[in-house]
Amino acid sequence: MSKTLRIPLVRIAHARSGDKADWVDFGLFAWNEAGYRIIEREVTAAKVQAHFAPWLPGQVDAWPLPNILALKFVLHGALQGGGARNLRLDNLGKAMGAALLRMEIELSAEELAEAQKSPRRGWWPNGTPSTITS
Amino acid sequence: MTHSIRIGSGLGFYGDNWEPVVASIERGQVQFIASDHLAELTLAILQKDRQRDPALGYARDVVPMLLRLWPLMQPRGVRFVCNAGGLNPMGAAQAVQTALAAKGWHPRIAVVSGDDVLPLLQAPETQFDHLMNGADVNGVRERLVFGNAYLGAQPIVEALDHGADIVITGRVADAALFLGPLVHGLGWKLADAATPEDFNRLAQGLTVGHLLECSGQGSGGNFGSQGHWQNIPDLAHIGYPIAEVWQDGTAFITKAPDTGGLVNFDTVRQQLLYEVHNPHAYFSPDVVLDMGQIQLTDEGQHRVRLTGAQGRAPTDQMKVVAGFRDGFKAEITWGFSWPDAWDKVQAAEAMIRSQLQERKMPFDELFVEYPGLNSAHGPLAPLPPAAELNERAEIWVRMVLRTPVKEVADGFGRLFPWMALSGPAYTCGFQGLNNTSELLGIWPTLIPRDRVQARLEILEVQS
Repeated sequence: MSKTLRIPLVRIAHARSGDKADWVDFGLFAWNEAGYRIIEREVTAAKVQAHFAPWLPGQVDAWPLPNILALKFVLHGALQGGGARNLRLDNLGKAMGAALLRMEIELSAEELAEAQKSPRRGWWPNGTPSTITS
Repeated sequence: MTHSIRIGSGLGFYGDNWEPVVASIERGQVQFIASDHLAELTLAILQKDRQRDPALGYARDVVPMLLRLWPLMQPRGVRFVCNAGGLNPMGAAQAVQTALAAKGWHPRIAVVSGDDVLPLLQAPETQFDHLMNGADVNGVRERLVFGNAYLGAQPIVEALDHGADIVITGRVADAALFLGPLVHGLGWKLADAATPEDFNRLAQGLTVGHLLECSGQGSGGNFGSQGHWQNIPDLAHIGYPIAEVWQDGTAFITKAPDTGGLVNFDTVRQQLLYEVHNPHAYFSPDVVLDMGQIQLTDEGQHRVRLTGAQGRAPTDQMKVVAGFRDGFKAEITWGFSWPDAWDKVQAAEAMIRSQLQERKMPFDELFVEYPGLNSAHGPLAPLPPAAELNERAEIWVRMVLRTPVKEVADGFGRLFPWMALSGPAYTCGFQGLNNTSELLGIWPTLIPRDRVQARLEILEVQS
């Protein structure tokens, strides 16, 4: 039995957040199929809700999009009613994609190694490191 | 795939940079530029402008933008579509016409309006429940200040069919700014769309619009990641995304040569899901998009093939976003230096809370955050222990008062100055003595399509 690791999502995924009225939405993206298998298993609506609960305990909806190796999440009640009445500096939730990437997931050392050494699906310019290890 | 057209991204918001559009026009081989000046909140800003001066209420950056771009577009036959009209499309069009005429330029300008549905929302007894939480509009009806339906692409198509060089709209669905030129240029069916093929083509066009409506966010800007954004070249000279769209709906996302940024599977899909809720039912007035079968494939450098968007007929409702007056805020920011910076911030906050109470200043909320510590991620970025914070070189605090009473907001900053001489020591950078602003609540709702009538006017060419 291999060792179980806890890592933040930022090590194997990328993300962007946006706002509509009082809801913040997140796209979460694996770099390759091996990474997608991990996030699809680990990053459920319930776990995302639990991650944000100490701050924003709203409902979370989730949709998998295996065609683009992505998960879509929507967090309700995230902006104090909406951007034009939200008192936070980040009134539009632009920095909240990074808050999702703080979330810790569990995986085996082998799974992490595979996600890190598998090639990206996307083309990146010359000089970009060939693996996603960071 | 008999023929294709190329359309480039203009601005992504009111205040964005138009200089990257120059490269798209000069060497991106575009026939159209479409420019989105209206975020969800922008109409709230424009409403404040219009309250000061009824001739305003539009995104004023469209005037200098076109003074820069029109002389580049005109000789190449590039046409321009934007929603900079905001709450006053005719005012925007006249301002553009006047500014360009002063240079001796006389484009044909079309104006699309009819999105203003505020009178309908204000009429008593009408039902406009909140789209997301189901609340009754009667709770805010008297405080509504704007209400605009998201129009579709049809009036833009007609404007282009009539030969408009520049189309200026009020609120339309962001992606419709792009779908309009595609329908016009590729001869797609829109109002008479009926078959799955018709709707799938429109779905491809809507997806193109969605990918291009946020300018640089579709070509490597704002790429959320750790240790990867650094590999995106030359963001300071980013090329905004350009779409090459074929008659059968196949599309390629690219950008002008010799520009910065990155168009690839990763940057394009971050934008694909941006501000999308259910990806299998992305609503627009023209088509309902399902992203579930979309394929994005890198085909060489800075060129992504887009296929597989699926469309179905739109509903008989249109989305409206309204805004209502929702109280006031006043905010201050203040820095406290080592030693004991954390304890001093806590003492200052406690003194302000007691003053608000002693002076019986009514308020709903005193919101406190610490820039540099928790303003981006709240409690998900745990604060270090107080002893450690007290050793920090400095702690900044931002206090924001939410109150229904403007005079209370106006007095908030005045609670602080005495502490400069009589409060805790070693402070700097106090800001916010006079810092009241009105808050606006957002009211998304639906309206029956037949209650909204888009209008198209073409300005007389003055020469």
